[in-house]
Parts: sequence; C-alpha cells; structure tokens
Amino acid sequence: MLFRIAEKTELKALFDMLAEKNTVVGPVQTDTDRKGKPLFAFEQITDQGKLRLDYTTTRLLAKRYFLPFREDLATFTVNGGDWTKDIDYHIDRPYVFFGLHACDINALNKLDKVLMGNVYPMPYYVAKRMNMFIIGIDCRPQPFCFCRSMGADTVLHGFDLFLTDIGDKYFIEVLSAGAYGIIKDLRTETPKESDHLQYMRTVAEKNKLFTARVDTTDLTKILDMEFQSPVWKQWGDKCLGCGTCANVCPTCYCYGVEETVDVGLQKARKTKSLYSCNIVDFAEVAGGHNFRPERSSRLKYRYYHKHRGFVEAYEESLCVGCGRCGEACLAGITVPEVIASVRGEEQ
Amino acid sequence: MNAKTPITRTYLGIPVPRPKVAFFELSSCEGCQLQLVNNEATLLDFLSLVDVRTFREAMTEKLDDYAIAFVEGSVTRADEVDRLKKIRGTAAVLVAFGSCACFGGVNQLKNRFKDPAWVKKEVYGSHPIETNDTARPLEDFVKVDLQIFGCPVKKEEVEKIVTNVVLGKSIVQPKYPVCMECKANENTCLFDLGEPCLGPITRGGCDSWCPNSRFGCWGCRGPTVDANVEQMREIMNKYGFSEETMLDRLECFGGFAGHAAEMRKTVRRGGPAWPPE
Repeated sequence: MLFRIAEKTELKALFDMLAEKNTVVGPVQTDTDRKGKPLFAFEQITDQGKLRLDYTTTRLLAKRYFLPFREDLATFTVNGGDWTKDIDYHIDRPYVFFGLHACDINALNKLDKVLMGNVYPMPYYVAKRMNMFIIGIDCRPQPFCFCRSMGADTVLHGFDLFLTDIGDKYFIEVLSAGAYGIIKDLRTETPKESDHLQYMRTVAEKNKLFTARVDTTDLTKILDMEFQSPVWKQWGDKCLGCGTCANVCPTCYCYGVEETVDVGLQKARKTKSLYSCNIVDFAEVAGGHNFRPERSSRLKYRYYHKHRGFVEAYEESLCVGCGRCGEACLAGITVPEVIASVRGEEQ
Repeated sequence: MNAKTPITRTYLGIPVPRPKVAFFELSSCEGCQLQLVNNEATLLDFLSLVDVRTFREAMTEKLDDYAIAFVEGSVTRADEVDRLKKIRGTAAVLVAFGSCACFGGVNQLKNRFKDPAWVKKEVYGSHPIETNDTARPLEDFVKVDLQIFGCPVKKEEVEKIVTNVVLGKSIVQPKYPVCMECKANENTCLFDLGEPCLGPITRGGCDSWCPNSRFGCWGCRGPTVDANVEQMREIMNKYGFSEETMLDRLECFGGFAGHAAEMRKTVRRGGPAWPPE
C-alpha cells in the first residue's frame, strides 16, 4: 500500500481531473427531514461544490448504480414468426464514486463474492463493477452505526483511493495502479511520522464514537439454538412486511424475474426486480404453497441469511452494520436490538 | 375501433384471439375509463388487441355481445343493480374496474352518514333523486372474476393484464405494498418529511404514484395481502398523527373498511393534532 498526504485544496484538483473525462457520482444533500436534518443521496455531480464529503449515511444506496432496482435482462423483438434477442448490461461509461464510506465499499466486496466470485458470475453486475473507480472517505459514526461490530468500519480492498481527514490534510491510501496514475499528477507528499501519528489519533478518536454495537460472538451457534425463540414472534408482530429493510440494504441482492409482452405484441422483455424476503409471497412457489406465510418467519430468515447462512458459506456476515435498515424501518426494528433479544440481553 | 372489421393480431406468427369487450360505468367519475382513452401512445395497440363493443366514453356504437365486461363504479341506486345483473348475464368475465367497483371507492364515504335523509336534502334540495343509503362494491351483488385496483386504475397495469389475457398468460397482481415501488423510485419517505402515508399497508402496483409527488398514500388500492394495520396505527401515533388522520385515510376508498370499523371501536380520542406542531 502506498500512502500519500495532500493539502485539502488538492481535492478540487482531484475532482476536476476525474470529472473531466468521467461521470462522477458522489454524496449530495437531496432533502431535509421533518426535524431539519439533511438527507443525503448519491447523485451524479459535475460541480465539486455540491459534493458533501461530511455526509452521514445516505438513506438510499449507491447500489442502484451496479444493482438497479429494475433492469431488463433481455429484450426481444418479434418479426413475424421469428424473434431476435438483445442483451444490454446497461453501462455505457465508467463511473467514479467519489466518497463512499467503508461500510458501503465492504458491501460491494461482499456482493462481489456472490455475484462475481462464483461459477456463474452475473454479467450485468460484473460489467458495472469492473467499470468503477472508487474513492473512499472516512466518516463520523452515527448513533445507529454498528459497522465496527461487523468488522466493516475499515476496508482493506475494493477501492482505488481512500481519503482520511486528519485535520488540515488528507491522508491518502493508494490501492490501484489507476489511482497511482492519477495521484502522481496531484501535489502530494510522502507522509511523515507526525502524519502517521495524526492518522492513528484520528482513527482512535473515531472508534470512541461508536455507541451501537452487536455482539457477534458465537452468533451462528446462538441463532441455531434460538430458532424457536419467542422473540421472533414479537418482532414479526411489529414488522410491516413492507420490504424497506431490503431495499435500503447495501448487500441485499435477492430478485425476481418477470417476462412481459408489450401491448403492441412486437416487443417482449425479461425484467429483473430486486425483491425483499419480508414480502408475503417471497417464499410462495408454483401451485400456491407459501413456505413462509407468517411475517415472523420471514423476518427470522432475513436474519438467518445475513448472520448465519452467509457466515457459514463465506466466513463473514452479510451485514456491514451501516444501520440503514433500522433507520428506515418505520416500526423501529433494528439489527442491534433484534440480535440482543435473540441473545437474551435486555436492551 | 370499427367492430365490423376483424383485426387479427399475431404473436410469434400465431394468431391471438381478439376478445369482445365492453366498458360500463355505475356511480363513478369515469376517470378509470378515461385513463385508457388518455393513453394516446399505446391506445391504438390496445384497441387492436380487443374488439370494443361498447365504450360510452369513447364511441357511439353500442353492441351487447361481449365476453369481457369492465365495470367501473359502485352500486348506489336500485336500477344499477338491474344493469349490473344484466351485464353479468352477458359477460363470461366480469372485471371490477377501479376502486369504486372493487370496494365502493370514494362513494362509500356516505355509508357512514348518521342521517342520510338530511344529507340528501342538503345536496339535492327540492330536486330529490332516488339513491340507496349505501354505496356498495360490485361483489355485493354479482360474482366478480377479476379486480383491477386503483383510483384511478394504472393504465400500464390494465394494458399488461389485457395483454396477458389475450396471450393466455396468467394474471399476477402484486402482493407487495406501495413501499416497494416507492423505494425503487428513490423517494424520500413521507414520514421523514412529516407526512402521513398508508404506503406500508397498501397494495402496490401503482408505481407509488402519489408518493412520487410527495403526497402520502391514501390506500386507494386497498390492503396488501399481509397488511399490519395495528402496527401502522402505532407508527402513525409515534409520528404524531391523530387517530382520525389514520381513519380518514382508511375510510376514504373502502378497501380498508373492515379495518377502519375495527379501529373505530377502540379509537383513542384527544390524540395529537394535525398538522403536528
């Protein structure tokens, strides 16, 4: 790993250099909530002034740029008795992601394992993922952040550059050859020992700010033991079954596929839509049988996939602790509370 | 649209049947039918897919040989019952078209008037007309084969259903709530903006039409299959909305009539005022 130090004013030079030839996506303020707090989202930006690197976790995800909510996997054109098939991976240019938090980069790394790292990679995802340049940015933990419990508060790979604000300068990790090619045109310096110390102090201070936590000790075993726990029913009674938790989750990738014919009968399409395991018909199969008709069982299996099944398959959780699901859940169901209740801990 | 000229459409070279359809309205604003007529971009395609025998809003001709009847509106007069039964007698398939036909719609608000006679006098004055005291959905009088929800219906959804009928594909209506499409459309949650919304318990398929314009859901498509209305009530309360605010919405289109009646039994008075401070 190569480390560099840059004055904060160099950020604009970096942005302009990247924005000149690429589409840049970054955090911007898109709304203000009822309490006057800013709400952020990832949008395409051309003006560095709009970039809000001090953003708190976005409600919605950068996920739509590589796993869109809806995507045509194929379109078909009917010509008489014949037809032609068109496949489009829906990426016409590389994207620069300017300012992803560690949790969201870790989420991409987890998605990579599922969608790129197996026998049948998903080309729609791979094409987008391979055409990304990612600049990470450090963050201030929010009351709902439990990434540190999930080992996702720092990120080791899956990005090109990572910036840490150490006061009047950025501490820069340079991870890729592409990033090196860019950084060499900026005014940067080799960090001195005092910069190392400042970096370590910054990280140590950040670590003190975490308030939410999840105890993952023996969690796969405990989930096995507590499969019949009454807490699942309690959470199920609260759950709206609205699917919002999955829709705001940076690692949820489950989907359904629908084939439709346009009203003119000249075109047909196969459309993939992200779905949620909390929706009533998620486990409904041909013939109408529903394996999980109760909200409690659907909610339970959501937790079993994230915190048990995936851990057994990949030796890591499918949760990065970004806390979005709990923040977006109108019923106030949060991962730290659910896990604590399964462990028999009072909240 | 000339019913005398047969148009044979094919799909992959195979001729597809062109069902004879008719559109009718009982008590309604005819807005659901207007949705179809308004859809200029695909109107011709839609009309060539079906053989329209009667569509008062769109054509003069009236023929009464039809296989599929789309009936908009609720039943609010005695003569409408007779009309509806006659339509049912002709049609092989009867479709309740829009929320009035499915649940009574906005019309069923009158079902809760304590003194219908006073209301009639106030509205019609010295020109009394004969109306029933309640507005009822079609299924209270005849067998309904398919419900298409919405106030108004979503034309894309109607086109999809009709296309599937013509091609012999099954009709699958969403079982997920409005929130799914609202999140896919990347809207800011109405609750974050301090607005009430029935999205979490209302059947989706509308592409979150109202929330897209920052207008909270009023539940026009009725409850989703697994609607957690009790929890929705807790949430409304938590966000500072009165019980009446929630009841107004539950009662508006009739899809939640049962839930609303149940909630009325335990309504908590003197809740927070709307709009919240």
